[in-house]
Parts: sequence; C-alpha cells; structure tokens
Amino acid sequence: MAVPDQTIPTHPAVEIQGVTLNYFTPDRETLALANVSLTVEQGEFVAIVGSSGCGKSTLLSLVSGLLPPSRGSIRIDGKEVAKPSPRVGYMFQKDTLLEWRTIIDNVLIGAELLGIDKIVARRRAEDLLVRYGLGDFLHSLPGQLSGGMRQRAALARTLCCEPDLLLLDEPFSALDYQTRLALSDEVAGILSAERKTVILVTHDIGEAISMANRVIVMSRRPGRIKSERKTDFPSFGPTRPTPFQARKCSEFANYFQTIWDELDIHQIH
Amino acid sequence: MNAKALGLPGRILGVARLSDGAKGATTQRKIARKLPVQKIWSTTALVALQLAVLVGFVVLWEVAAEFKIIDPFFWSQPSSIWSTLVIFLTQGDAFTDIAFTFRSTIFGFIIGTTGGAVLGMSFWWSRNYAQIVQPYIICLESIPKLALAPLIVLVFGMGLSSKVATATALTVVVSTLTAYAGVQAVDRDQERLFYSLGASRWQVFKKLVVPSCIPWIVSILRVNIGLALTGSIVGEFVSSQHGLGRTILYAGSTYEISLVWVAVLILSALSMVMYVTVAWLEKVLRKGVVH
Repeated sequence: MAVPDQTIPTHPAVEIQGVTLNYFTPDRETLALANVSLTVEQGEFVAIVGSSGCGKSTLLSLVSGLLPPSRGSIRIDGKEVAKPSPRVGYMFQKDTLLEWRTIIDNVLIGAELLGIDKIVARRRAEDLLVRYGLGDFLHSLPGQLSGGMRQRAALARTLCCEPDLLLLDEPFSALDYQTRLALSDEVAGILSAERKTVILVTHDIGEAISMANRVIVMSRRPGRIKSERKTDFPSFGPTRPTPFQARKCSEFANYFQTIWDELDIHQIH
Repeated sequence: MNAKALGLPGRILGVARLSDGAKGATTQRKIARKLPVQKIWSTTALVALQLAVLVGFVVLWEVAAEFKIIDPFFWSQPSSIWSTLVIFLTQGDAFTDIAFTFRSTIFGFIIGTTGGAVLGMSFWWSRNYAQIVQPYIICLESIPKLALAPLIVLVFGMGLSSKVATATALTVVVSTLTAYAGVQAVDRDQERLFYSLGASRWQVFKKLVVPSCIPWIVSILRVNIGLALTGSIVGEFVSSQHGLGRTILYAGSTYEISLVWVAVLILSALSMVMYVTVAWLEKVLRKGVVH
C-alpha cells in the first residue's frame, strides 16, 4: 500500500533486520533481544505485546536511535538509524511534562531544541492543544491538569514536531481504566486521521488488539518475535472500528484468547 | 468460648456483658464523644502572654541581679545592658561592626551557595568524575570546618576575606551535596525525551538539569544563611579588627558582660532579618521558577 502523495519509491517505514542487543554491566552480559526482524509499512499501526522485561521497550529505544544495536540493522524510510531524528516522535509511559513550564511551552520544547521557527511552531502547538480540548490550559502548569489531560498535552508535544513515525511506549498505562479507554480511542482517531506510522508497545492485550492493525507477540528474555497477526474485524463492516467499538466485536475475544495463550503468562514462577 | 480460646477469664467477661449490656453501650458513647478538644485562645491573648513571658523574664533577671541572687558581674542585668546598648549605638562604631559582619555573611552565603550548586550540578556531566570527587566531598562534610578557622585566617589574613572564607567553607559542602542529590533525582524519562528530540548535552543541562535542581537549591537557602553567619562570627573570633564577633570576644575578655549581651542581641536581630529576607526570597523563587 503506497501512500498516494509520495513520489519517490516507497520504502517500508521501519525495517528491523536481525537485531540483537547485549547489555553489559560490570559483572555480566545480558542478552536483551535476539535476532529480531520486523517490517512496518507506511501508515501502519503495529502493536508489540510481551511480558515485562521482554525487551519491547528496548526495541523502541533502538528504533528511536537512543541505543545502537549490538548486531543487525534498523532503517527508517530506507535510511540507517544512527542517532535520534526529529522525524521520529517518542511518547513514554509517564507524560514527562516539565513542571516548571506552562503547557504551551512544554509542547514547544521540541521546536525550541531543534531551532524551528518559533511563530510557526507556536501556531501549530496552539492549534493542536485546542483540538485536544486543552485550549483553556495553554498557560496552565502541568500540576493543574489531570492525568488524561497531561497525556494529551504530551501527545501534542510529540506531534508538534510533525514526526512521520511515532513510538508509543505504554503511553496509557499510568492512567486509570476509564481514562485509558477514552484516550486510546481519541489517540487512535487522531493518528489515523494524520496517517502516521505507529509502533505501540504495551502489556495490555486488549489495547493492542483494539488499536493496532497488526499485533506482534514477543517472548520472554531474550526477546524474540514469537508470532504476529493482523487484526481484522470483518463483523464490523468494511471500515476499521474505533478501539472502543473493536472491543465489542466478536473477533476481539478470539484474538485475546490466542494472544493470551501465546504470552504464557501463567508460566511465571 | 471465644474468651476461653483467647485465654481470657470467661466469667468476668460474661458478667460484664450480662449486667451492663445496654447501659455499657450508652456510657461508651458518652466517652467517645468526649474527644480531647483543645480550646484555642485568641491571637491577642496569645501575643499578650508571649509579651508577659518576656517582660516577666527581664524583670526577674533585673530583680535577681539587684538582690545579688545571681552575680551581676557575670550575668549583667537588663538595665545596664540597655544603657550599654544606647552607648554602643550612639557613640561606638556599632554600624561599622554590623556592616562588617553582615557583609562577610552575605558574601560567604552567596559564594558558598552558588559555588556548591555549580559544583554539585557539574557532577551530572560525568559519572566517573562524580565517583572520583564524591568521597572527598563527603570527607569535607565530616571535617568540623570551624576547626579550620585558624588556618583560614592564617591564609586569608585578618581582613574581610578570611571571614568570607570561613562562611563559604561552612555553606559550600551542604550546597554541593544538595545540588548533587537534585542531579540524581533528574527524571530519566525526561532525559530520554530530550535526547530523542535531538537535544545536545548542553541543552539537556541548561533546560532540564538546572531547572530540576533549582527547588533543591532553594530548599537550602535558609539553612545556609544561618551557617554563613556562624562562619563569619567564628572567623572574627579567631582574629579580626571589626565585626560583632570581635566585639563579643573583646567584651568578654575585658569582663564587659553587658557589651557581650548587646552584641549577642544585635547579632540575633541581624540573623532574624536575614532569615526573614531569605525565607521571602525562597517564597518568591518557588512561585516564580518552580510553580
């Protein structure tokens, strides 16, 4: 599926090939990821699930360029990743808003660090915040906002730099259940409207199935890709259901059961 | 049965339960309602009593000295302290001394606090460097720095600089350790966020590390102003030509006990003024920078 307005020959958005990562600590060497290969197409929403410590967050650090792999290669749009790039947006479990900056100044941090034109960035930031229902809080401090609002501000900060690829590292897990459901609905809507390529890392199977086009299951350490499957909801009709609607589709329970079995969660000792 | 299982004398429990049944419950409620409620007096009454304590203490001191219950040669007495205060403020070079002590305290406070903050935050740049330097900082912390005062006066001379140096020595280590604690508390994810946005180390330091450490540094200002004052007085004790510390030492050695009290009183007032100013500064900084 080529993106229509792209004139150059299209590469996959992300190509991970044979990536292995060893951690070295003074007393030992840990194999965190073993021979991971994964391709993400342009505009695709991929979710990675796995038990904690399986290296799924580490994989995102590698894609973002914060960490170099021990072996293997990672390409974004056909180019080898060497260092963090503004074309990649990274969202964390915590909103990581700076408490001493107002919401608008938090959203503008990327533009500030990259030296982007302040006036243009400011207009875009205001526009994003208004759209995400934070129009009245531009000059509030993060401490005055609820958890859900803070995470929406963090999303605005991520999208303000107009990245093509988004890496979401359990961005909803610090929120309460209701907020999490509502926000994942919102975020999925925003991201599909903006046609972003997304890699979501989560331990929440339901979140993965309902939000992503494809779910990757990772094994326990050392992290390997155990399975991957497309999540289609033919019972809903030709269009993709929103995450909230997807949870009510008959296919949801089947996907959930299969992925649950693959995760081997009951084997934890 | 339960009582037996618990090893309690069943019969007594049984009796209490039988005879006191309903009555016991009402008594219990009455007791429960009588929670200790402290009556709070009005502010005027409290201030009046506070003043009464002070006046009572001064009168008692005066009377005790007058009737030789305490020896006025060693303890002096409020009336002569008062007249000495008037003489000291009108005839002596009181303001030279006050200004001298004030200046060395403020300089020591500023140098010690900023120097310590800069040193503490510099540890962020290299973990190896922090590892190498840290044991020495902790050693310095454990040295009673006032014991170094004679050495400091020897090196820096009798003037203002040696007092500034003792005040600095007292404040710098605490500031360093506190700023370093602030560095260690910098959010790892926020650091990752900055790097993922392509920030340079200098940008991370300027826009993340320094602002994160400011609340930590602000929190030691009040402690440091007291320490700086102690440092400059001890510096004056060792050797000095001016200052309230020197006045105390001089008056003590010539048995002018009233003058000792006068200097101590002025010193307390000075300390209070500086403390209140710094507390106000802290409030402003917390509002402006932190929240």
